Amino acid sequence: MKIQLRPLFGVFTLLVLITGVFYPLTVTGFAQLLFPYQANGSLISVNGQVVGSELIGQDFSGPQYFGGRPSATSVHPYNAYDQASLTGSAGSNLGPLSKELVKKVEERIKLLKTFDPNNENLIPIDLVTSSASGLDPNISVSAAYYQVPRIARERGLDESTLLSLVDQYTETRQFGILGEPRVNVLLINLALDGIKIK
Amino acid sequence: MNIMSWLQLPIYIGVLLILVKPLGSYMARVYQGERTFLSPVIAPIERFMLKIAGVKSNVEMTWKTYALTVLLFNLVGFFFLYLLLRFQQFLPLNPQALGSISPQLAFNTAVSFVTNTNWQSYSGETTMSYLSQALGLSVQNFLSAATGMAVLIALIQGLTGHSTNRLGNFWVDLIRSVLYILLPLSIILALLLVAQGVVQSFQPAIISQTVDQTSGVVSQTIPLGPAASQIAIKQLGTNGGGFYNVNSAHPFENPTPFSNFLEMLAILLIPAALTYTFGKMVGDTRQGWALLAAMTIILMLMISVTISAESQGNPVFTSMSVDQSGGNMEGKEVRFGVVNSSIWATVTASSSNGSVNTMLDSFSPLGGLVPMWMILLGEVVFGGVGSGLYGMLAFVVIAVFVAGLMVGRTPEYLGKKIGIHEMKMAVLIVLIPVITVLFGTAIALTSSRGTATIFNAGPQGFSEVLYAFASAGNNNGSAFAGLGVNTDFYNITLGIAMLFARYALIVPILAMAGSLAQKKIVPASSGTMPTYTLLFIGWLIGVIIIVGALSFLPALALGPIVQQLMMGAGRLF
Repeated sequence: MKIQLRPLFGVFTLLVLITGVFYPLTVTGFAQLLFPYQANGSLISVNGQVVGSELIGQDFSGPQYFGGRPSATSVHPYNAYDQASLTGSAGSNLGPLSKELVKKVEERIKLLKTFDPNNENLIPIDLVTSSASGLDPNISVSAAYYQVPRIARERGLDESTLLSLVDQYTETRQFGILGEPRVNVLLINLALDGIKIK
Repeated sequence: MNIMSWLQLPIYIGVLLILVKPLGSYMARVYQGERTFLSPVIAPIERFMLKIAGVKSNVEMTWKTYALTVLLFNLVGFFFLYLLLRFQQFLPLNPQALGSISPQLAFNTAVSFVTNTNWQSYSGETTMSYLSQALGLSVQNFLSAATGMAVLIALIQGLTGHSTNRLGNFWVDLIRSVLYILLPLSIILALLLVAQGVVQSFQPAIISQTVDQTSGVVSQTIPLGPAASQIAIKQLGTNGGGFYNVNSAHPFENPTPFSNFLEMLAILLIPAALTYTFGKMVGDTRQGWALLAAMTIILMLMISVTISAESQGNPVFTSMSVDQSGGNMEGKEVRFGVVNSSIWATVTASSSNGSVNTMLDSFSPLGGLVPMWMILLGEVVFGGVGSGLYGMLAFVVIAVFVAGLMVGRTPEYLGKKIGIHEMKMAVLIVLIPVITVLFGTAIALTSSRGTATIFNAGPQGFSEVLYAFASAGNNNGSAFAGLGVNTDFYNITLGIAMLFARYALIVPILAMAGSLAQKKIVPASSGTMPTYTLLFIGWLIGVIIIVGALSFLPALALGPIVQQLMMGAGRLF
């Protein structure tokens, strides 16, 4: 049995150069050339100021906005990255039989009811359970409908105007089959404020 | 649950199966050194590399040389990654100025990526510099996958060799795996993912204003990085290590249902196609289809169980004024919903990939049992690239042997008589992960350092620990992520478990290949049990499930099974 050191270090070095230098740089080059918007974070700017990424959810706690999924990130909800505490995306990891989970869901239901005491509809489950990433940009279509009466009252708008806005901002299944129908919370809220991105 | 959601399962499996033959036959040509449509570009690079590195490509290795070369190559990879992680704070491409990585965490992470486990004790965006991700983790994603593929090819050489003690050349198998298979597929997938919204940039994080400042939070920091290039190979190489903390649940890793579809496809693509490559190389494609059929049947059944369990919703909430038609949405993303989360969870567990698009710790007890059990079956249902199929072939040896005993004939597979030596090696391959998982779990649960960082109370806490050792002890990498694992105790014990699961299997695999190669190939006779019939497929499934069930039922009863019963009784923790 004879082990040669030259192939060992030679092959390793060459493969590191190919997969660790050539590969990421090639992909970056093509990505920046072909899909610069996506490659740089799908950022939305209003009057030259970045107001978020189309793909990363934000915290909307004001009752005049559509609220998103509860977020389990530390420091504050929808914390995508915090330099000081070195925290970012996170799920709750609470198990199905967790008392803590039950308590949180009850609190969220209570909070929704506080702003909308006359709404007798059942609350869609995604509005009271936290997302996997803590950054979920979407809510289900029924979760958007559920919030319409509150927002109509807060903003003095017709419910029908808001319902058609929800329909306009509903993303259907991709290619008619993949994923679940959903509403992008940031985009529809920008539209509420009169800012059209799409 | 509506029919459109369910329909995504047959579409996914259908597209996967369509790709098996074209990719499988391409890979067979690559490994047999035949010309392919990429040869005009790649063959000169391959020859150049072999020449520069001084590889004598026509010199074949014995199993011992092959095994030692694999181990040394992986050792070099380990030290390179370990040092890169330890010194990242002094190196370039660290725009967020992330600090040093502790020796225990660097050890765990280097082992994790070299062994194709990609267990993550750290959170990507807050721990790893862009350089550590691209030059460290991403490189090992390629090299660990290629190592698995090379070992599989050596085993196939053993099965097809005729009275020889040579298993081919590791360097040639390794370089071909990277240049002809992993690299071109990764470039294509990475760009498709970018088109869907996965980021690929070396710029620092962006600070954005928030739209609703009611809560007092006025800005959001949006992390960037070379994510697409890493995610493409993390899926294709069944690695699974995420660029960000929440892995493929992060909108920048997996932004749309289509990116989700592509990533799920990439997870099983090479393991599935390798069954065809295997059939082609042993000269009987029926042998490959039979293995693929056994894998697909187990997978489909298990996915259906997960989807049903997760779409139920949580009985604890039924008394509240909520509409649970969305299913169990705690720890899931709206764009994927229950169906895509459940398919992914089962697929990632069965394939030793370990990336997640959902938080498994928040799954229903039955929904969480499935991924755990798929891992415990030994990562042979598709399994890792290369490693899944070589593990499956160990199960085939056992199935053939037991069947041979039953009818009183000498067991043989593909014309090779299965002797005592092969059986010993196959049993080692099946038992080592079982022992690693059960002993590891026992040690952690009897030590205060092991139980100190359990997150959920009750049987779920037990499941967190069992899942951690199942994952490390089978090189999977997914987790019930509530468990706090970035501690010295878990970094070291899980690191050791990952080393066992990888190298204590590769050596007996190659030993088995070496002994098979020396045997003559006897032509099939009337007494030969055909290994491509429906009967054999059913028998193989039975052997896998019986071994898996017998080894782990007692442990599973203490975790997810008792928890399912307690959920029925309305018990909370």
